[in-house]
Amino acid sequence: MTTLTTAGTVTGPSAPAAVVASTPTGAQVELRGIVKEFPGGHRALDAIDLTIRPGEFLALLGPSGCGKTTALRVLAGLEAATSGTVLIGDADVSTTPARSRDIGMVFQSYSLFPHMTALANVEFGLRMRRVGADERRRRAGDALEMVGLGGFGGRYAHELSGGQQQRVALARALVTEPRLLLLDEPLSALDARVRVQLREEIRRIQLDFGITTVFVTHDQEEALAVADRVAVMRAGRIEQIASPEELYSRAATPFVAEFVGSSNRIRGVVRDGFAELCDARLPLVDPSFEEGDAIVFVRPEDLRFGDTGIPVDVVSTSFLGSYRRTTVALEDGTVVRVQHAAATVPEVDQRLFLQFAGAPVAVSAWES
Amino acid sequence: MSASNRLHDIHPGPTRTTRWVIVGVIGALFLIPIVAMIEFTLRKGLGGGYDFSRWAAVFGGQLTGEYKPIFTGLGNSLILAVATVAVMLVLLVPTMVLVRIRFPQLQRVLEFVCLLPITIPAIVIVVGLAPVYSVIARMFGSGVWTLAFAYGVIVLPYAYRSIQTNLAAVDVVTLSEAARSLGAGWPTILLRIVVPNIRRGLLAASFISVAVVLGEYTIAALLNRVNLQTSLVIVSKADPFVSIIFALLALVFAFVLLLAIGRIGRSPRQKASS
Repeated sequence: MTTLTTAGTVTGPSAPAAVVASTPTGAQVELRGIVKEFPGGHRALDAIDLTIRPGEFLALLGPSGCGKTTALRVLAGLEAATSGTVLIGDADVSTTPARSRDIGMVFQSYSLFPHMTALANVEFGLRMRRVGADERRRRAGDALEMVGLGGFGGRYAHELSGGQQQRVALARALVTEPRLLLLDEPLSALDARVRVQLREEIRRIQLDFGITTVFVTHDQEEALAVADRVAVMRAGRIEQIASPEELYSRAATPFVAEFVGSSNRIRGVVRDGFAELCDARLPLVDPSFEEGDAIVFVRPEDLRFGDTGIPVDVVSTSFLGSYRRTTVALEDGTVVRVQHAAATVPEVDQRLFLQFAGAPVAVSAWES
Repeated sequence: MSASNRLHDIHPGPTRTTRWVIVGVIGALFLIPIVAMIEFTLRKGLGGGYDFSRWAAVFGGQLTGEYKPIFTGLGNSLILAVATVAVMLVLLVPTMVLVRIRFPQLQRVLEFVCLLPITIPAIVIVVGLAPVYSVIARMFGSGVWTLAFAYGVIVLPYAYRSIQTNLAAVDVVTLSEAARSLGAGWPTILLRIVVPNIRRGLLAASFISVAVVLGEYTIAALLNRVNLQTSLVIVSKADPFVSIIFALLALVFAFVLLLAIGRIGRSPRQKASS
């Protein structure tokens, strides 16, 4: 584990995003049967069970109101669970106040103390732990160096950009060397370029420290890019926990298939472990799926245009930089999106032929 | 033609002349009584003519025993001002912060309670307070400082507004959560995180409380306590000139306080541009 006392020397190249920390030293974190009900009866968390491995970077992904931030706040001790157990390491911290949980947290909104300089902000956690002035200053300075803001210690929050403020917040969260790092949509207020830059930096630092990290986001690209595992949440429950690759290619539920990435819903029939749709026969991820009419979820990139295949009419087409996405209509009126090379430019109302180039990502029973 | 010009044509603002007339009328409304007070203090007597002898007497320390109530009242009012600000800060600030952070659903109730005293005439408050003060007198004695409890109530509307305006501009919820996650307890959060960020609101609330206390007469008079205003009334019966001088000085002091509030209430950007 890299410690912050030597963090000023951590200047290595960015680590690949999907590499698991080689020396995980963070704590294991466990949520057991966590229920959170707000006054008025709204159940934000519905018996959540979740185990986060030591040194793991776990993303909690889901739409607004799915309970991901509530789960993080319960973990942080900022919200008390209605029932259930929170374990950090071997310790049951369900009733431990936030200030005693030994966590670091970065918030969605800028949370630097406006009346303090960047250095004083980073020092704050050490001051609470009664670290001596000299060591405090040195460690806070090292932490600012670590996030690339060594020369910004004397600045106040209003003198820093949004990205710089979140970097200082990250340094402040890490300087106390917590057992657990919690990130509550820390990039959502930043512009696209800074988001990508900072998320890679967060990942690099997380790998350097081997700290167990929970990252809440509603941005699937962000979650897939940095996390070791992603937990997709919906209506207070976890729909699926898996690696980004598995989540994308083997969605456990139609919701995951549609929320993570983009999917087409095409009506078909399940028979003998295959999905039959539009004269094509595609292997199922779960061959045991019940036979009968079904909705099959196919990624736009698993479809292509060819000289033969299913006849479709072009509805619209959009240029998206390195690729193009074209919306076509099947003969029964079903609308399907196809992702293809930008060089191919279909015209509206043009008759094309569609072919399947990959397996369905998920299947659900047909409900008429 | 720009949209703002069109809007101006449809709803033209007051002309320059109208604006000056309004300023002149309102200014006269304030200035005439003050000028009259100053003129009154400069009169030599029935013989006519003006001089500064009474002002010289006040500032030259030549006031004798008959004016002693003014100094007693002034001292009492200053004690009351300090005690009232202390009561207000100790009770109101933590309550407002707690409601903001932990019990936001009580925000409306707190606002209603804090603004209530402004709608109740002081005489009515005194009628209600009289039996309460008989208990207070038994518990704490009848020292003048005990009036600070009543004054703490009458300054609530002004203090609440000043603090609330500042509090609403700071994301105290996130700041307090950040501090908690870093290991801070509630007293630390209040004193080291929240208070420095609402300093301007607290100063404004304190100054306006001092101004209210220095001008308060009804409660002190009806509860038989001596403060600046009651002593001015007593002295005015023997020497109305000196009592008016002290009334003017109190007015200037309050004016300076309000100017100070205006200065500290300006944003850093406004300060930089001036």
